[in-house]
Amino acid sequence: MLSLAILVPLIGAFVLSLWTSAGTRAARATAIALSAVPFALLVAAWIGFDASPGAPLFQHIEEAPWIPALGVAWRMGVDGIALVVATMSALLFVAAAAWPIELGERAREYYAWILFLAGVSLGVFLTLDLLLFYVFFDLSLVGMYFLIGRWGHGDSQSAALKFFLYTLAGSLAILLAVLGLVLAGEGPLTFDMRELIARQPLAGMDLRGGLVLLGFVFGFGIKTPLFPVHTWLPPAHVQAPAPASTILAGVLLKMGTFGLLRIPLAMMHETFARYALWIGLIALASILWGALVALGQTSIKRRIAYTSVNHMGYTVLGIAAAGSLVAGHEAARALALTGAVVEMVAHGLITGSLFLMAGSFWQRTQSYTMADYGGLAGVAPKLTAAFILAAFASLGLPGLAGFVAEFQIFAGTFAVHPWLAGLALFGILLTAALFLTMVRALFFGDRKLPDGRGFPDLSRSETVVLAALLALVVVIGVYPAWLLEPIMASARMLVGGAG
Amino acid sequence: MPIGDVLPEICLVLAGVAALLFASFVPQRAQGWCAAMAVAGAIASLLLCLNQLGDAPKSSFSGAWALDAPAIWARVMIAGGTGLVALMAPHWMAGDRRHGEYYTLLLFSAAGAMLMAGAADLLELSVAVLLSSITGYALAAYHRAWSVSVEAGMKYFLIGAFANTVLMVGIALVFGMLGDTRYGQIAAALAEGAASPLLDLGAGLIVLGVLFKMGAVPAHAWMPDVAEGAPAPSAAFLTVIPKIGAAVALARLVTLFPADVLDLRPLIAVLAVLTMTLGNLAALWQQDLRRLLGWSSVSQSGYALVAVAVAGRSPEAIPALLMFLLGYAIANLAAFAVVTHLRGRTRIADYAGLWRDRPWEAAGLILALFSLVGVPPLAGFVGKLTVFLAALDGGYGWLAVLAVANTVISLFYYLRVIGQAYFGRSGRPISVLGWTSGTAVVVTALLTLLIGLAAGIALDFFATATGLLQT
Repeated sequence: MLSLAILVPLIGAFVLSLWTSAGTRAARATAIALSAVPFALLVAAWIGFDASPGAPLFQHIEEAPWIPALGVAWRMGVDGIALVVATMSALLFVAAAAWPIELGERAREYYAWILFLAGVSLGVFLTLDLLLFYVFFDLSLVGMYFLIGRWGHGDSQSAALKFFLYTLAGSLAILLAVLGLVLAGEGPLTFDMRELIARQPLAGMDLRGGLVLLGFVFGFGIKTPLFPVHTWLPPAHVQAPAPASTILAGVLLKMGTFGLLRIPLAMMHETFARYALWIGLIALASILWGALVALGQTSIKRRIAYTSVNHMGYTVLGIAAAGSLVAGHEAARALALTGAVVEMVAHGLITGSLFLMAGSFWQRTQSYTMADYGGLAGVAPKLTAAFILAAFASLGLPGLAGFVAEFQIFAGTFAVHPWLAGLALFGILLTAALFLTMVRALFFGDRKLPDGRGFPDLSRSETVVLAALLALVVVIGVYPAWLLEPIMASARMLVGGAG
Repeated sequence: MPIGDVLPEICLVLAGVAALLFASFVPQRAQGWCAAMAVAGAIASLLLCLNQLGDAPKSSFSGAWALDAPAIWARVMIAGGTGLVALMAPHWMAGDRRHGEYYTLLLFSAAGAMLMAGAADLLELSVAVLLSSITGYALAAYHRAWSVSVEAGMKYFLIGAFANTVLMVGIALVFGMLGDTRYGQIAAALAEGAASPLLDLGAGLIVLGVLFKMGAVPAHAWMPDVAEGAPAPSAAFLTVIPKIGAAVALARLVTLFPADVLDLRPLIAVLAVLTMTLGNLAALWQQDLRRLLGWSSVSQSGYALVAVAVAGRSPEAIPALLMFLLGYAIANLAAFAVVTHLRGRTRIADYAGLWRDRPWEAAGLILALFSLVGVPPLAGFVGKLTVFLAALDGGYGWLAVLAVANTVISLFYYLRVIGQAYFGRSGRPISVLGWTSGTAVVVTALLTLLIGLAAGIALDFFATATGLLQT
């Protein structure tokens, strides 16, 4: 089932790339239909997921040999964390495929790349093999490179190049770290995550463990992105087409934090605990720096892009808190880890829809400059409502998804590093300020538009996509239990297993 | 005499002679058939090599000829690669008055590369290097009327003459110090402890002579010129085929000298760093795709040297070297096949709009370049992966880190080409050569993908090739 969730979009991408006679409508319909398949499969996997105590950590396991000489195989399986992140990603891919966008002559290729990206991104979350993880991780760069470079606007090719160079540097650091990890310890060479979690191959190795951890933190830090290696993010986001921005923020950034909790946190918890405080400090710097720089931005998209640095900082803070001890404070650390995962889901849905709406601005007026707009509440009430809802969710208003996530992260971190949590709270204040000023500038005050252009409200398909994403944001905010259950089950095992 | 042990080489030489005789008696326009002979000879040679796998490892010709798994697999790659080059050439060479002889040179040169891989005697090594070099000069300068081609051949010859002399001096020194040129006797003499500065010098000079064939620092300067100026099929051949034989020969030399008498590995490691870094930095701003590919070939030699540097220290080293060479060979041949098929189109700017006009050729080029970067799941990825693995396993972690840093740099210039081909626009239609070069593009591009996907099979084959025979 999980393999199908990866293979269906990949095969779809292949077929679309060869189906030369497909028009824009046919290509879009194919992309929507085929990206809905993994979503449906993952929902089915969710329903079949056993979150009761005593259930195994990884479920829905599938295995097929690939490179036996290196201990590499096609291994698929999910724990609660991977399951919710993958399901959220699959939903975002449906949204990205369904989002209406002007493409010109090469629409077919665009949808082929979206499907390709859907397949490889889900692969990152669903695989249980470290090398396969790297393969999918790297392929997601290739897909995003072509999407940004070809269908972006402005100086999109150099933004795509910068994105690729930065993140390839990160992924190669991860590759070296992976090799350093699998070569350590006893037993035959294997890339099986379950086996490596059980082995903890770097336990007791000081220098080597530190270096391997450095490789992982550097690599995943670039992808997440963490201060100070975040500088590829703003140009990539601003130049990318809206659905690509959504995928980038909603799915690709998650690979960084997901990797951090899946590999270093689970497979080398001793080393992780020794350096967790430093990771927490980097997270704190990202939270504050991201929020401060976002506050200074005058472009809608750049401002949203920098809030990603801030929000992903919370996620990393939660992960650092969860991994900061080898034993003790299990409940608080599981809470922090759960919060970090919910933040990943919430950020995907919220920031994903914010980027889609930024795309609506561009589609209508070709401008991201906030100063160009004003008083849009009168002309575009639906857009206003959706944007304000997403903005409030992003700044952590209780009753919406962002609050559930941040509350748990802070509550969990407070038990382990109270002062770290206290300093990070300033980030929330700044986020509130930057979203409120943006909402005020765009939607209230005197009506203002870039010269001579009309500003129609959200179209039908735009409304449907945004309504689906934002409804989930509200549902998670009001009734999060269904989401927390599988995450909590796995978080307890990861944290408890560390004890 | 165990003639059977050199049947693959004999097969290549016979095919070469047949092509030469055929070309002497048929009119110029019918000489394209020589390509068919070359392809058939290469395939037959490849099959004969595979047939030897069962007997391996053994030594032959009084210990001058090592027939072990690494040598056999290297010869399989050399034969296969030569067949692919022969497939690229017919339409390119169709206008040349001496079309038929081209394949003779190609096959003889391939035989030289094969000899390098199996040489277990310094004198045989020098014969192999010379055979491969002399034919190589002619292949590079085959367009006699075109000054750039002649210049490439000239430069190759000048550096080659010097490097070959150095090799001979090195052999003379080692022979003088140890009293024999056969590896088995050398190993025996070294075991008795015969350390001496002159021996060190001799070994260093031999390494230098072999590095010339790999296009590695400090004997790399011919590579970009040959890639740019030689006929495109020759460039494909010379940047790939001799390198395979030379890399295995070098690994054999490195494992020949015991670490306590003379450890060549630190020297190789330093040269690996210099080679990949210099190649990458020089490639960064090239405006000419063939020259860029030449510099990239230099840098790729550096990664191969990483695997050589841990030969004998990690059981993964030789399989990694073979896997890397396979991935590199196929990807580089694919890139040059596209260049050949596009009639030698060489300025990067001229590749704008390739995707719109010729999507299949563009896809082949993009696959080849991504494979050279090491993007999974292509052949080059598995090669680099195993090399990094071997380097970490062999205690050369810093070398792996530098190789990774270089890979990031290299992405920049490969993307300059890929970006131009995929994003660029051009008004003019792009013309192509004939069906044979088109076939070469399809075959090499498919292999780039398939070898990566089926890496498990390839690595299972190479898994037996952990040690090198010193006879």
